[in-house]
Amino acid sequence: MHNSSRRGFMGKAFGAVAGVGAVGSLVAMKKSWDPLPSVKAAGFTTLDMSIYQENELIVEKWRGKPIFVLKKTADMVAKQTEVQKVRDIVVDGSHYMVCIGLCTHLGCIPAYDAAAEGFLCACHGGQFDFSGMVTHVPPPRGFDIPPFKVDGKKLVLGEAGPEYTQMKETGVTL
Amino acid sequence: MAHFTKATSVKDWLNQRMAVEKLEKVMMSEYWIPKNINFLWAMGMVLVITFALLLVSGIFLLMYYQPNVATAFDSVNYTIMREVDFGWLWRHVHGVAASVVFLIIYIHMFTGIYYGSYKKGREMIWISGMLLFVAFSAEAFSGYMLPWGQMSYWAGMVITNLFSGGSLHADGLVEWIRGDYVPAQAFLTRFFMLHVLLIPLAIMGLIGLHFGALRIPHVNNQDGEEIDFDVEAKKYLDGDKAGSKVMRFANDFMAKDMMVVGVYLVFFFYLVFYNYGFAMDPVNFDPADGLKTPAHIYPEWYFLWSYEILRPFSIDVGLIAFAFAQVIFMLLPFLDRSPNTVPASRRGAFKYWFWLMLINMIILTAMGKLPPAGIFSTIGFVSAILFIVMWIALPFITASEKKV
Repeated sequence: MHNSSRRGFMGKAFGAVAGVGAVGSLVAMKKSWDPLPSVKAAGFTTLDMSIYQENELIVEKWRGKPIFVLKKTADMVAKQTEVQKVRDIVVDGSHYMVCIGLCTHLGCIPAYDAAAEGFLCACHGGQFDFSGMVTHVPPPRGFDIPPFKVDGKKLVLGEAGPEYTQMKETGVTL
Repeated sequence: MAHFTKATSVKDWLNQRMAVEKLEKVMMSEYWIPKNINFLWAMGMVLVITFALLLVSGIFLLMYYQPNVATAFDSVNYTIMREVDFGWLWRHVHGVAASVVFLIIYIHMFTGIYYGSYKKGREMIWISGMLLFVAFSAEAFSGYMLPWGQMSYWAGMVITNLFSGGSLHADGLVEWIRGDYVPAQAFLTRFFMLHVLLIPLAIMGLIGLHFGALRIPHVNNQDGEEIDFDVEAKKYLDGDKAGSKVMRFANDFMAKDMMVVGVYLVFFFYLVFYNYGFAMDPVNFDPADGLKTPAHIYPEWYFLWSYEILRPFSIDVGLIAFAFAQVIFMLLPFLDRSPNTVPASRRGAFKYWFWLMLINMIILTAMGKLPPAGIFSTIGFVSAILFIVMWIALPFITASEKKV
């Protein structure tokens, strides 16, 4: 009895040491898999919004992701519904769709059909309109809008300006 | 201390130190296999041989492959394919074996389902086998990343995005898995590590578990007959080889096993030399480009059925259906409520369940390859629903089965 309780104590003591070590090493392992500081720091892209043509999709790059920039035609702006309109980014009087160009289903890049004024994702058949809203599942929501700040005729991606903050608060984007 | 005497031979020397004779008996000559089996019982050995082919070809590929986003594509498509003597052989063996290994796994699985080889003490064989299936799937996926072509990149993007959990938006988890916002250097290097070290280690451990799980219940036979292995083994050892229901693993069973392996290898190397194209997706011969998705993305053929279960639904329902499909086979021994361990052909409703399941999975596989539009979309949707309904129905079908 005396012996077995001593053995029990030793077992518990080892368990405590091993437990602390296990937790510590799990923390280290988790942190080793985190994105590196250099990856996180490469964060901002500035776009000159005056160079875009109407109804011509241009793909820019921000944090390794494609960014769709589409300057809307007067016709598009006129026929927009309220849901489509709140996603507009207005720079210097022109209306733009600026979105992360990844399907919100599983991250493929949809293709733009200028004649149909919409996007089709080839992976699982998702569709989006010219404002980036979903028109056909499986994508659960419209294209995400990256953090942006309007700066004169320029648009800075990666920095949250008042227009972006408002979109986020009202649930227009995630 | 143990007592050692002067050895009379090399074998005796080893025998005194490591009991090699005893080991040989336990592992080979007195490991008993039922006689009432057919060529489908050789699939285990075919899988062992295929795994060995993957390992050997992988070792040679590893000597020239470079896990770097700038050089990976060329190290495979230029260095290994054009510069290394017989480099093409290792690559085609590796690629073909990675594909064919799943064909054999599916045959092995459906043989087990047909003959009820997951029941009455054989549950752990089934579970360890399904864990092997999961490990092989992870191994196939991580290996698919390494050539860093367009399909590598976009399969990596899509599959890691699954971990965001749909509406849970666990983007932090996805970025953690990738080590970046998108698949990039950190992603390639860690999947390289998983492919060449961690997952192969897990696979080897699981193969040990799978064989260990087989030891006590023994291999099933064509009639699901409960054999008293001790009695039958004694009969065999006493000289009544013809009357015994069992035979030695080696060399009796091995001789037949290796015959099947021989036929398989002829077929395998026919594919490697003359028909390797099916394992080499043409789209993956374009280098990875994060700003251009290929027109049509599909996984390799062996993942198509579960991909098709994901595809027709909205994202959350799709993910739940997909998760269901991934784990449900694991639970088969517990969902099958019937007391019978006999071939499906003698089990009433289960016979139809078995064939319908097999056909449905082939349909799902075919639909998964086709673009998600029109009639194919509808067929895929119906098949996906049928898959789920059939699994839910299984306990009820089997519970009402009459004892045979």
